[in-house]
Order: sequence, then structure tokens, then C-alpha cells
Amino acid sequence: MNTFANIKTITKRELGAYFSSPLAYVFLVIFLLLCGFFTFFVGSGAGTYFKRDDASLVTFFLWHPWFYLFLVPAVGMRLWAEERRVGTLELLMTMPITSWQAIVGKFLASWLFLGLALLLTIPLWITTNYLGQPDNGVIFTAYIGSWLMAGAYLAISCITSAMTRSQVVSFIIALVICMFLILCGYPPVIDFLGQAFKPWFVNLMASFSVMTHFDGFQKGVLDSRDVIFFLSIIVFSLFTTNVILRGHRAG
Amino acid sequence: MIKVQNLVKIFGPKRAVDGISFSVERGEVLGFLGPNGAGKSTSMRMITGFIPPTEGTVTVGGFDMVENPIPAKRLIGYLPENAPAYTDMTVSGFLSFAAELRGLSGDAKKKAVSRAIEMCFLEPVRHQSVETLSKGYRHRTCFAQSIIHDPDVLVLDEPTDGLDPNQKHEIRNLIRRMGEKKAIIFSTHILEEVDAVCSRAIIIDRGRIVANGTPAELRQKSEWSGAVTLRVTGVNGATVSQKLSNLSAVKRATILKEDASGVTARVFPKTGSNGTLAHSIADAAQGWRIEELHTEEGRLDEVFREITMPDTVKEAK
Repeated sequence: MNTFANIKTITKRELGAYFSSPLAYVFLVIFLLLCGFFTFFVGSGAGTYFKRDDASLVTFFLWHPWFYLFLVPAVGMRLWAEERRVGTLELLMTMPITSWQAIVGKFLASWLFLGLALLLTIPLWITTNYLGQPDNGVIFTAYIGSWLMAGAYLAISCITSAMTRSQVVSFIIALVICMFLILCGYPPVIDFLGQAFKPWFVNLMASFSVMTHFDGFQKGVLDSRDVIFFLSIIVFSLFTTNVILRGHRAG
Repeated sequence: MIKVQNLVKIFGPKRAVDGISFSVERGEVLGFLGPNGAGKSTSMRMITGFIPPTEGTVTVGGFDMVENPIPAKRLIGYLPENAPAYTDMTVSGFLSFAAELRGLSGDAKKKAVSRAIEMCFLEPVRHQSVETLSKGYRHRTCFAQSIIHDPDVLVLDEPTDGLDPNQKHEIRNLIRRMGEKKAIIFSTHILEEVDAVCSRAIIIDRGRIVANGTPAELRQKSEWSGAVTLRVTGVNGATVSQKLSNLSAVKRATILKEDASGVTARVFPKTGSNGTLAHSIADAAQGWRIEELHTEEGRLDEVFREITMPDTVKEAK
């Protein structure tokens, strides 16, 4: 009971912190502009939203792993780096709460914020339903998958944010790690690896990629393995964050 | 309330805190003195559970800080060094946040927030964001956070740092008032504060406790304690010096100033002759016109310097 109250208090504060600075609004606007632009205009020939001649949001979700690559580390970079730089970490960690409650509370706030960004794309879904009859089940699972993927990126940003006092350093390291998670399953890269390495190794690499696991969601398949993949990245990363934070304090 | 036993903290090759032990009971205000880098903040961070000790134990209200941190932390209010606060929040928002983490809600929370705002004179800035506050207000906001749940134990790391003289005075009064019912540890390097607020003081240097006592006890360690300053006219310096030096209670007599208007001398007593010195000087001074004669109390700053940097003080003499 106390645990939930503490997590809720921290989540509420963090969400407030996003909206009391311009960061949240800048993020939302950029995210929505990118979504609109890429969905409608980017893609060769029959690849764009209208030219496909098919009521679906495929061209929308296709870009999410790439948008998140830049946007999620930007949301997560301040979580712990700022706390350490300003010294409020000392305040937070001497409150009668466990470090787990603080970590989960902060993560949850950012994840909810990303969920809000995703919800703001609903007009796109309404438009598609107005223009034709899309498979709303597929769209629903794709939204779930997208949110889970954002959570995985975010949890990784939590680690990098806990590692440093500098938000810029945190951003860059998170971006590199997330880039790896995309590229090791990105078809052109897989093809390239296929020429140099044995198939089992290529498959192993691909199984670590968010691309591989996001694929099912985009097709409307809610596979427990994909869900577990994203959730285990989140849990593992938050656990690592805790270890790093404790390491700093132990000196 | 607070019991610290053989606390050690090692950072890499450095023993930042090297085996300190003390305890603080309810109704005591313990001043934590020491030069910069002596280990004051590190000790306080271990007492409040921010960093774990390398060796030794801290118990607060009977709860071990490492084994049982949550109930121990519940009893403590802590003002960290430099008074950090979330800059994006308003003063009252920040205090409600702290109150909620302390387990207060509803009316109790509202009451606690307004009480803290009132006690720390934050009313004029209550709806302002912390970012826009002056240093003094920001400091008091963080201080308000530490007393929001009316804790039994207060740990304050330089609570008057960066405040103007009026604010310092207010905060000292507040600490002294609260010290009647709570156990308080606060660090400072302003020595007058020790006299104004503390019931006991500890001086630490290079991670060790080098002195522990009431401010009066510490002052007695000073060579100045019991020294007599004397100003006479109608006699020359050499005579004064000679006559005073011959007194049995006198260790040393120095002439501070000699001019046409008179002689000023300072006389240091031998150990054990405290209190009688002024009388014997008055007896010896018959025939001189005494303009001034008073006994010095010890000086804390000198005790502090003598304890924390003995070599330099000796050279200066």
C-alpha cells in the first residue's frame, strides 16, 4: 500500500516536471510532426499512406523504431543525470522510500508521457477509419507494441542517465545502444552479416533486435515471446539502474 | 536517539571518515565543526543513510540505518549541503511532495505544509517556483522540507550557509527552539554559531574526532582562557612586565602597547590558577592607576585552530 503511494507521488512529480518545462511540448510537437510527415510523404512509390490504396497504418508504425531512437533518449536523459547534478538525489534517497520505488516511479512517469504522445496520434486512426475499413485489431496491437518498444528504449535511457551527471552524454550513449538494438535486426544489416557469419550467429543477433520483435505487433500478432522480450529489457535495465545508483553511493 | 559507532568511510585510497563514535540524545543540539574536507558531510550522509558506511554502524531511534533503513529514515529530517530542491516546482508544491513521501496526506499534509511555510518565513514566495528564488529563500525551502514531518531527529549540513545576518539569526533561533524537543546535529564553520545554538560540540579533523565537549569546555582548552588584560597609566612598560612576571600565578606577561598615555599588558595564568589571577594582579598593581582590568574567556576560534592545525599556530608564536 505504502509502496504504491510512494510510486504514485514520484510519478506525479516527474510528470509535473515534464510539463513545467518546454521540453514536453517541444517533444510532443516534434513527434507528431514527424509522424505526420513520414506517414504521408516519405516512402518510394506505392510506399506512402495514400498511394498504398489500402486503409492501414502500416506506413505510420513502420517509422516508430527510428523516431524513438532520437526521441526516447531525449525524454529519459534527464531522469537521473539531472537529479545527480542538482543534488536532489541526496534528498530523494534519504526519504523513507526504497530506491526501487524511486526508479519505478520515475520510469513510469516517462513511460506514461510517451504513451500520451502515442495517444495524440489517434486522429490518424480516426482518419483511416473514415477513409476505409482498416483492421482495427492490427492497429491496436501495433499501438501496444509501439508503447512497449518505447518502454524498452526508455529503460535503457534510465541506465545511461544514471551513469552520468551530463544529460548530453546520457543521450548519446542511449542512442548508440538503441541504434545497436535496431540495426542488429534491420534487414540490410542482417543480409550483410549473413555473408560473413554463420546463420546461427545472425539469428542470435536478430533475436536481440527490437525490429524483429516489433514486427509481429505490426502484423496484428500478439506473441507472448515479443511481449516478454520488451518487458525483460525493461526489468533488466531498471535493475541495472539500481545497481549503478547504489554503486555511486557506495563510492 | 542517534548513535554512531566507529564509523569509517573509505573513498579509494582516502579514509574520509576514520572511526568516529558519538551519540546525541533528545534535547541536545550537537555542533559538528571542522575544516573543509574534514569529513563532516560524509559523516552526515552516512548518518542519514544516503551512503553506506565502509565500517561501523549508525542507529537512529533504535533502528539500524543499514539493516532497517525505512523506519530509521522516517525519524530523520535532513538538510543536505547546498540545500538542493527541485527547481521546476513551486515552494508549496515541493513541500507537499516531501510531505507525501513522508506519508502525510489530505488535511494533515496541508497543515504540515502551512506550518513549515510559516516556521521558515516562506509565505511571500509560497507560489513562486524554486528556480526563481534567491539563495536565502531556496535554502529555507529546503530547510522547511526537512522539518515538514516534525521529525525527532534533524541533521542539518551547514544550515546557515549563504544566508544574510538576519536570516542566520532566524534560523539559529529556530534550531535552538527545536533543539529543546529533538535531537539535532548540525555542521558549520561559523564558530559564533556554536555558542549561540549548541549544547555540545564535536571538532573533527581528517576524519577523526579531535575534541568533544560543551562550548564552555572547549573554550577552556584555549591558552586565552583566564588570561587578564590590563591597562595602567603612570608607570613604564618594563616595570609592569617585570613585576607581573614575578607573580606566582603568572605564566607569561606581554606588553601589548606602550605609549605616553599608558601601558596595555596581557597576562597568561599558569594552569590551575584560574580565577585568582585578576586578584593577584590587582594586589601587585598598587600605586599604578588601573584604567582597565578584565579576564578573558577562551576563544573558540583559537581552540579550533590549535586543534586542527597545531603546527601553523606554533610557528605563528
